[in-house]
Amino acid sequence: MKDLALHILDILQNSVTAGATLIELQIDEDPDKDEYRVKFTDNGKGMDSEMVKNVTDPFFTTRTTRKVGLGIPLLKQNAERTGGKMTIQSTQGQGTEVDVVFVYSHIDRLPTGDIPGTLALTVSSYPAIEFVYTHTTPFGTFIFDTIEIKETLGDLPISNPQVIAFMKDLIRDNLEEIKAS
Amino acid sequence: MTKITSLADLRKIKSDVEAKMSLRERSETPESMVQIRVAMATCGIASGAKIVMDYMINELDKRSIPAVVTQTGCMGYCYAEPTIEVTRPGHQPLVFGYVDAKKADQIIEKYIKNGELLDGIIPVNYENIEGKQ
Repeated sequence: MKDLALHILDILQNSVTAGATLIELQIDEDPDKDEYRVKFTDNGKGMDSEMVKNVTDPFFTTRTTRKVGLGIPLLKQNAERTGGKMTIQSTQGQGTEVDVVFVYSHIDRLPTGDIPGTLALTVSSYPAIEFVYTHTTPFGTFIFDTIEIKETLGDLPISNPQVIAFMKDLIRDNLEEIKAS
Repeated sequence: MTKITSLADLRKIKSDVEAKMSLRERSETPESMVQIRVAMATCGIASGAKIVMDYMINELDKRSIPAVVTQTGCMGYCYAEPTIEVTRPGHQPLVFGYVDAKKADQIIEKYIKNGELLDGIIPVNYENIEGKQ
């Protein structure tokens, strides 16, 4: 994948497939600790400990159309390339947490990419799922919560193209405000 | 210095959009709108499906074509990514492969607007003389 936003798009899909109704994405930029951390938390159907071990294997997948599942292994590789790591915790029937840490200063850390677009696309494709995105930098924290957005929208669908454009602008402007990289 | 977008702007968009929406549009059911599903599994995303999805959402809105564009998982055509499935109201779904922005434009103009078939359709349904296999 060319950038981090595409990985995020990919892993969020995993949470959707697991039947989550609430998906949280937390990005923490901590140059002092030299960490760029991305954490996905969902309340989907989770995995047993056997599956947690298998999920980082590129030849393991839950889908029936293909025998490879590259999303997690590729992200893990990209994290480890910077000297970081990925940990996955899951409880069957309750949910899963995927925690990825990149070394902030490493030259191989992927460019961030279009996070506003990625979030807006995902959120609008799954109107029944709630998403909470929190982004923290040394300059501040931005929280994007679809519960708030949908309350304001009333019965205007979140998939309306102007709403999608609005969400992109909202996220982009606020990320600029906290000097997200 | 630009103002930061906030929820107050969203309320304004809501009233703008509702004012412009015609009565017919308001009562439009999903069945009467074109359904487009963009395959967004790892293979799709890595080959540029996000660009196709962004393009579709913006262009269909610009050309005032009522449509619902959503993400879907792997449809199995990883060799032909990016792929999209287009369902015109009352018609069978058609899957197009190797879609980029240019192809997406052709799909909108030719297939969605006029029902003209294009190259690059991936056959999904098979029917013989007696009916479906």
